This record gives sequence, C-alpha cells and structure tokens, in this order.
Amino acid sequence: MIEIRHLCKTFSSGEDRVDALNDINLTIADGDIYGIIGMSGAGKSTLVRCINMLERPTSGQVLLDGRNLGALDQAALRQVRREVTMIFQQFNLLMQRTCLQNVCFPMELAGVKKADARRRATELLELVGLPDKAGAYPAQLSGGQQQRVAIARALATDPKVLLCDEATSALDPNTTAQILGLIREINAKLGITAVVITHQMSVVKEICRHVAILDHGTVAEEGLVSAVFAAPKSEAGRRLVFPGRVDEQVSDPRDQSQLRIIFRDSRTTSIPLVAWLAREQNVMASVISATTQPIDGETYGGMLLSVNRGELAAALDFLNAIPNLTVEEVTDLVR
Amino acid sequence: MSGKLFSAQSVAEALNCLKTEIPFAIWETFYVTVLSTALAVVIGLPLGVLLVAGEKDGVLPLPGWLMKLLNAVINLLRSVPFLILMIMVFPLSRLLIGTTVGTTATIVPLVVAAFPFIARLVESSLREVDPNIIEAAASMGATPMQIITKVMIPESVPSLLSNVTIALTTILGYSAMSGIIGGGGLGQIAINYGYYRYKYLVMVVAVIVLIVLVQIFQSVGTALAVKSDKRLKH
Ligand SMILES: Nc1ncnc2c1ncn2[C@@H]1O[C@H](COP(=O)(O)OP(=O)(O)OP(=O)(O)O)[C@@H](O)[C@H]1O
Ligand SMILES: [Mg+2]
Repeated sequence: MIEIRHLCKTFSSGEDRVDALNDINLTIADGDIYGIIGMSGAGKSTLVRCINMLERPTSGQVLLDGRNLGALDQAALRQVRREVTMIFQQFNLLMQRTCLQNVCFPMELAGVKKADARRRATELLELVGLPDKAGAYPAQLSGGQQQRVAIARALATDPKVLLCDEATSALDPNTTAQILGLIREINAKLGITAVVITHQMSVVKEICRHVAILDHGTVAEEGLVSAVFAAPKSEAGRRLVFPGRVDEQVSDPRDQSQLRIIFRDSRTTSIPLVAWLAREQNVMASVISATTQPIDGETYGGMLLSVNRGELAAALDFLNAIPNLTVEEVTDLVR
Repeated sequence: MSGKLFSAQSVAEALNCLKTEIPFAIWETFYVTVLSTALAVVIGLPLGVLLVAGEKDGVLPLPGWLMKLLNAVINLLRSVPFLILMIMVFPLSRLLIGTTVGTTATIVPLVVAAFPFIARLVESSLREVDPNIIEAAASMGATPMQIITKVMIPESVPSLLSNVTIALTTILGYSAMSGIIGGGGLGQIAINYGYYRYKYLVMVVAVIVLIVLVQIFQSVGTALAVKSDKRLKH
C-alpha cells in the first residue's frame, strides 16, 4: 500500500518558486490500477517522482507498506527502487545494449548472477511478447516494442509497484491499447500495483479502477473511476470529463437554464426522458448534446438539456426522482 | 628552389631517405602518438567524467570550489602554446624519464598537452547522454558509480571513439612539432632535412607520410565509431 500524506513540493531557483505539489493526500491499495490524471503542468510527473524519491518532497510523507521513504538513506532507497519500478514516455532504454541486456540491467545493478539474470530476462521478454527480439538493439524496434522491453526491464526485480509516467503518450491509439492491455495483464497475473500517470481520459477509462484528478498541484477529486466519471464534482473533473464544454455555450443564459444529466445502466437509458418531461411536467427541453461511453465495464450516458428558467425547479424535481441518474444545473458557464 | 626540388640528386636523396630513415621514423611517430594518447586518455577520461558527474545536479556532486579549480587548471594548460609547454615541462621530463631529449622524453609534454584536451572532449561526449536514461537508471537503484560505469560511459562509446580519434590526429601533429627538441620521428626528419639542410624534397616526403598517417587514423577511428554505434540501424 502506498500512502501519500500532506505531500508538498516546491521548486525554487533563486527568486522563483513553483509550488508543484500542495498538500497531496492519496492512498493506493495493493493490486489496484490507480490513475493520476491532469493537465500539462498539473504536477503529475513530480508526484510520481516523489513516490520513488527521485524527487525529494519539500514536506510530507510517502509511506510504502508503512515505511516512510523520506527517512531512508540512499542505500535503503536503492533497495526500495527495486520494489517500485518505473516506465517512461520516452522508454529510456540503453541504446548501446541489446534488449536482453537492457532487461538484465536492473539485475546487474542488484548483483544477480549473470546466468540467472539472462534466464529471467528471457522469460520476461516472452511475457511481454518479444521472445525473438532478445538480440536486437532498441533502435531496431518500434515504439510499442521498446515500451514492452521497458516493461520487461521494470519487472526484472520483481517489483510490487509499477509507476507509469505517460507510458503511452508517445504511441498511436492501437499500440496504446496493446500496452495498456499488457499493464492490465501484469496487474492481474502478477498482482503488481500500477500507478498510471496520464493526461488522456481514455487511458484512465480503459484500465484504471481508481483515479485522482490533479489540478495545479492539488487533488481536485478522487475515487472510483466509475463514480468520478459519472458525476465529476470538481471543476477540473468536469473539464476533463466534458472536454471543451462547447456544448454549454450554445444557449442564452439569461432566459435558459442548463441541466447536466448523467445516467448509468440500460434501465435508465431506456427511459424516454425528454418525452416524459414534456408529458408529465409540461417542460419543453431541448437536447444540446448527448453521449454514451463505456467506463470500467458499464455504460454511462450524459446529456445536456436546456430549459426555460421558470421550469427549472419542476425539471430538477422530476429528474431527481429517477433512480441511477444524477442531475445538476450547470452554473459556471465557460464564456 | 623549385628548380632544384626535383633534380636527379634530390630525388635520389629522397628515395634513399624513404628506404633508410623514414620507416623507422614512421614507427617512432606512431609509437609516440599512440602511447601519448593512451596515457592522456588514462588521465583525461576520469577528469572528463568528474567535469560532468561532479556538477551541482550531476550524479556525483563535488564541492563547487573543486569544480572551479579543476576547470581553471584545465583551461590554463589548454591555453599554453605547445611549443612553450614543451620547454616548460623539461623538469618534469627529467624527473620521470631522466632526460629531456629523445623520442621517449617527448611523451611527457605530449601527455601534459593532451590530457586537458581529452578531458574536455570526454566532457562533451558524456553530455550527449540522454539525461532521461540516467534518471531511468537511478530509478532502478543504480549507485552513482554504476551510473558512470554502466550508463554514461558505455552509452557514449561511439562519441568517445570519434573524439579520441580527433585527439589522436592532433597529438600526431604535436609529435611532429616535438622534432624541434629532438623528439625523433617524421617531424624531426622534416626539420633536419628541410630546415637545417635545405633538402626540401625529403621534407615534402616526410610531410606526405604524415598526411597519410592522419588519413589512416581518421578513417579507422571513424569506422570504429560508426561500427560501435547501435543507434544506427545496420
Ligand atoms: N526541476 C524543476 N525545477 C523547477 N520547476 C519544475 C521542475 N520540475 C517541474 N517543475 C514545475 O512543476 C510543475 C509541475 O511539473 P510536472 O512536470 O510535474 O507536470 P506534469 O503534470 O507532469 O506535466 P506534463 O503533462 O506536461 O508532463 C510545472 O509548473 C513545472 O514547471
Ligand atoms: Mg509529466
């Protein structure tokens, strides 16, 4: 289990101070796939680098199974880094070593016997689906293949936790899906906890169970992916779940109110909401936008309705009575 | 002079020299150059590593004053012209070799002139290593020493090879200059015949042999650097 307690990180160079992280509190359970999402500059990389102490926090603690990592000396930290390994956006393979030698590298650092290391590396290359690339150099591989080698390398020391910093951001959608599939498989087969840093909604939806939304160095909200995505509570959350929010700009806020509706499961989607509103409440709503998306094995729908201001209360009452459906008035219109 | 350059007598002299003195001079030049470069690498490589690793945010930070001192000494040695340096290190040559003239004695000024140069070349090679790869190694629990010996140096081998080739050809030129202090080799032949005895054709021949040597060193060095680079798809 990883517990992050009141973590702060300030970068200062001379007069300039950047508060990259501000009082972060998160708990990541063993065996979870935990997403950390946020816009560029939100502090994601800094946070993940604090988890293995590549970056020393300014204050606060990171506890790994109860051990305070900030209190460890360099030698003990190096030991921890064999339990908490990392993959990167740019793969960061050693370019002058073959794939097999790359996978052997962390074992070499740890003093594992050469023959044992080679045997294990061969197994790992098989696990990631590249048994025939042992003798190839990274430059001879595609990006997706290089990331597979990097994953094999990260697994070489039998870690408990795999930190993935934008691991699929340099890959095309197809390859991204394959690499995410591999991470999910590793999580399921080996029980390794995965912390997935990304700025892509689709990545979180695809593999994460929990998610934290990072915004300007603070956690805007966190929880189960299904819950956060179905009804984002924070401004940052809504910005991510409903990117652009252009749909909110199409009606006149002086006499029209907007309602954001989120519903889940097929029983709800079979209800003819707009027709019912008209028949039962005599409220004439216009549909501004509507979507459905699969999250974590369930289907979620979202709709933005516009109604006359005077009819808002009636519409809210009516919609709130429907189970498996959340509704709220959109008040903070982006203009 | 040009009229006499290819006279029957001068051609005969040059041919004779080519047969008798030049082969041994090639060997002397080769041996002085390679040995001096090797010794300069032994001193310059660790210094170059310190220049990069010892920086404030390097993998093995050293005290600021030490880095300043190291940089100052290297710059100082690099700014002394080789001809002057040769004379300045006479006491050192006498101490180490027992004499200040002769082929072996020229190795001392050559090494003194070359190691700061090589330290700078090594520094620039090591700076080419992707810092993300170094960070990745740190994230796997590498010690600073492991990062230096297993990441920084191996990853920059192709660049180190091309830079050592540059050093080798430069030192070859210096070694020819050391002919002035009786350093032996092709440089001494060129000076003895061309400068002291006005036998220009022999000098020209010696210079041509030097040019050929530089070409060979450079081609072999470049080929090795290219061959060793696994970033190229071949
Ligand atoms: N070494 C550093 N020195 C100074 N400021 C830094 C340093 N590293 C990060 N920062 C600052 O901290 C903030 C967070 O950076 P970070 O790299 O963690 O963002 P990120 O969420 O990973 O962004 P991206 O999606 O672009 O990778 C930024 O404002 C950045 O400029
Ligand atoms: Mg980042």
